[in-house]
Amino acid sequence: MTSTLGLDPEVTRKARELAARAAEPVIDLATAHTTVAVERASLRLAGMVGADTTHRAGDVPWVNRVVDTVQEHCGLAQGVLLPVSHAMREGSYTDLTELAEATAAGQVRYSIPSGNARRGAVSLSRKLVRAGIRRLDRNRAERDRMIRKIGDPPQRPWVYLIVATGDIDEDVVQATNAARAGADIIAVIRSTGQSLLDYVPEGATHHGFAGTFATQENFRIMRAALDEVSKEVGRYIRLTNYASGLCMPEMAVLAGLERLDMMLNDCMYGILFRDINPIRTFVDQRFSRQVHARAGILINTGEDNYLTTADAVDEAHTVTVSQLLNERFAHEAGLPDELLGLGHAFEINPAIPDSFRLELAHALLARELFPDAPLKWMPPTKHMTGDIFQGYLLDGFFNLAGVLSEQSILLVGMMTEAVVTPWLSDRDLALTNVHYVRNAAGNLREDFRPAPDGFIAKRAQQVLGEAVDLLGRITEDGLLDAIGNGTFGLMKRPADGGKGAGGVVAKDDGYHNPAIDFFESGAA
Amino acid sequence: MTNEQDAIGERPNEPRHVRPYGDTTGDGMVQTSFTLPLSHGPRAEAAALQLANKMGMDPAMVVHAKAMGAQYTFFVVYGKVSHIVDMDAVRVVEREFPLLSPAEVNSAVRNLLRRKLVVVGGCIGTDAHTVGIDAILNIKGFAGDKGLEYYRELRVINLGAQVSVPQLVKRARVERADAVLVSQVVTQRDAHLLNTREMSAAFAEAMGQRRPLLVAGGPRFDPLMAADLGVDRVFAKGTTPGEVASYLVHAISTDSEQ
Repeated sequence: MTSTLGLDPEVTRKARELAARAAEPVIDLATAHTTVAVERASLRLAGMVGADTTHRAGDVPWVNRVVDTVQEHCGLAQGVLLPVSHAMREGSYTDLTELAEATAAGQVRYSIPSGNARRGAVSLSRKLVRAGIRRLDRNRAERDRMIRKIGDPPQRPWVYLIVATGDIDEDVVQATNAARAGADIIAVIRSTGQSLLDYVPEGATHHGFAGTFATQENFRIMRAALDEVSKEVGRYIRLTNYASGLCMPEMAVLAGLERLDMMLNDCMYGILFRDINPIRTFVDQRFSRQVHARAGILINTGEDNYLTTADAVDEAHTVTVSQLLNERFAHEAGLPDELLGLGHAFEINPAIPDSFRLELAHALLARELFPDAPLKWMPPTKHMTGDIFQGYLLDGFFNLAGVLSEQSILLVGMMTEAVVTPWLSDRDLALTNVHYVRNAAGNLREDFRPAPDGFIAKRAQQVLGEAVDLLGRITEDGLLDAIGNGTFGLMKRPADGGKGAGGVVAKDDGYHNPAIDFFESGAA
Repeated sequence: MTNEQDAIGERPNEPRHVRPYGDTTGDGMVQTSFTLPLSHGPRAEAAALQLANKMGMDPAMVVHAKAMGAQYTFFVVYGKVSHIVDMDAVRVVEREFPLLSPAEVNSAVRNLLRRKLVVVGGCIGTDAHTVGIDAILNIKGFAGDKGLEYYRELRVINLGAQVSVPQLVKRARVERADAVLVSQVVTQRDAHLLNTREMSAAFAEAMGQRRPLLVAGGPRFDPLMAADLGVDRVFAKGTTPGEVASYLVHAISTDSEQ
């Protein structure tokens, strides 16, 4: 494909090469460590469900109790599945729940088996985890079957709408109505603060803050409701949630087990915006992406967030750098381009001259750099002031830039951004806006070529050039130092700081995790 | 709401009694929109008209009605209201301090303190929206107005998002903060009010009268609530860094006069 922006293929190649070099030490770090969250996620894949309802701290998931106990007894350097499988065989428990109950009652003493006992434990752990992997595989096949039968949305970009009532039952009402009104993708926003919980809550929930708790049961309820409405509207409605925060790997597993279709999953978001320990994040991120790859879940990365804190013109190249890093980490974890929903956003101050041309340049740059990735285009938030009339126009321009640069997933902007959580009428007006633009200008790309050496082409080349320069500095200093120095979103996050650092464990040579083996070999 | 006018006191050109203005003085014209849980049709439009009348719009015109699904209809209504606002009965927090330029702020701080003024800021609670605090603190600033980091005589420590109250108190102590700025964007279930009260109570308990100036800001705060929240000043939507800097100078100068 020849470049409509006049991008030098040599510069593009260099950008990818630098991103790979910057990612390399971090990938080594990620493979050399495990975390409590990775181990809990592995236990969930092995089939451990439910929570200890008698604990004084409230419902504590069994996976948390067991991982904490194993860590106390024999450490996690060899993973949780080996001691757990060993204990299963020694104690002849019928299932993992029984083992978890016995653990809570203080009846289990975990240890690392050796010799024949070790071989037996390895074999049992494979059998347990295989069941979980097969469920991921079945769900993926079921999704494919439903899409073949019901069909995909007829045109791009797919329309992505958010529900955020805090009550899963209300969410179902809002989500099904949104699907009938034209949404192709429903995202259920999580409760404020969930990303900093070091456990996944249990059951159906009805009291979230500015969003609904992500739980396995809530996932199941919403997916079932969307399956129904998919048949009604004649297109497969996709469901999105968040693999971010301290439970990234577990969220990924639960999403795979309940056939979610997309997950927010960014390689650096937790570090920058939630102050989660960088190493914890990179380890968790790698495992969660391996799960997504297996489950056929499309990830959405979070580059839009940088532009809410940093200037969207001056820092445009940091978005490109992050996209390239997200791409590299995703490929390494086994995600193909078609599952790579790289993010970017329309956040340039509308008061500056040529702001729309700049937006278009940035959007086209992303499109051209990642031709096979389903890019996610995020609406203005920073410059939505409460002037809903002006905001509606800005959203219209956002939609126009979206169709003109052939974005794949369009998060629908609300004119009441920064005022209220969207009302029924806000959502309806926002969809009217999208439909108008898509209908009026959806095919405009056929006629639209940025002038060679014009403003847009030059701006795209400039941003790519700045991205290459920054990647060069990152490969010299190391990515962890770059994060520590405030390179992204102006947030400074040192490698030894942040939340969840205590949950990072260096693997030793005997580390055993059949889930990772299955992901890396592709076997089941 | 903060009054935007500079002059404090007399407003010779302000009428005492005002009504909404459409295109003729005193015409009382307003526009509103709402949704009714009714399927679209003549009955729904008549219901919208009746609601508008009850809201004081008379005559009212339903200029737009659109079905949203089978059970809801969205309306845009124009109409005339007869209500009159008596400006003598309007109460706002007037800006109690003069607006200073960065150079004036710097020289005032030098003269008053003979050292840098220390500002510690952050988002407390689970709030991760740093856009407000960053607009005030980051050198980048807001609406072309440079942030507090730009002021040579201010030393700014931005703790970022999701700072716990004990962390904030501890850091304010260590840094010998003159002022603590907290930003709250998330307002679900009045989280912004609860968090701010918790913060002011913690400072009162830990430091008593020697606590730093406490300033809260966010899009859903009302400046009239400062006393109720236990803070010295509340800034609402649209506040610029220059206003905050000018306030800080005003507050420390009144403090040192006492």
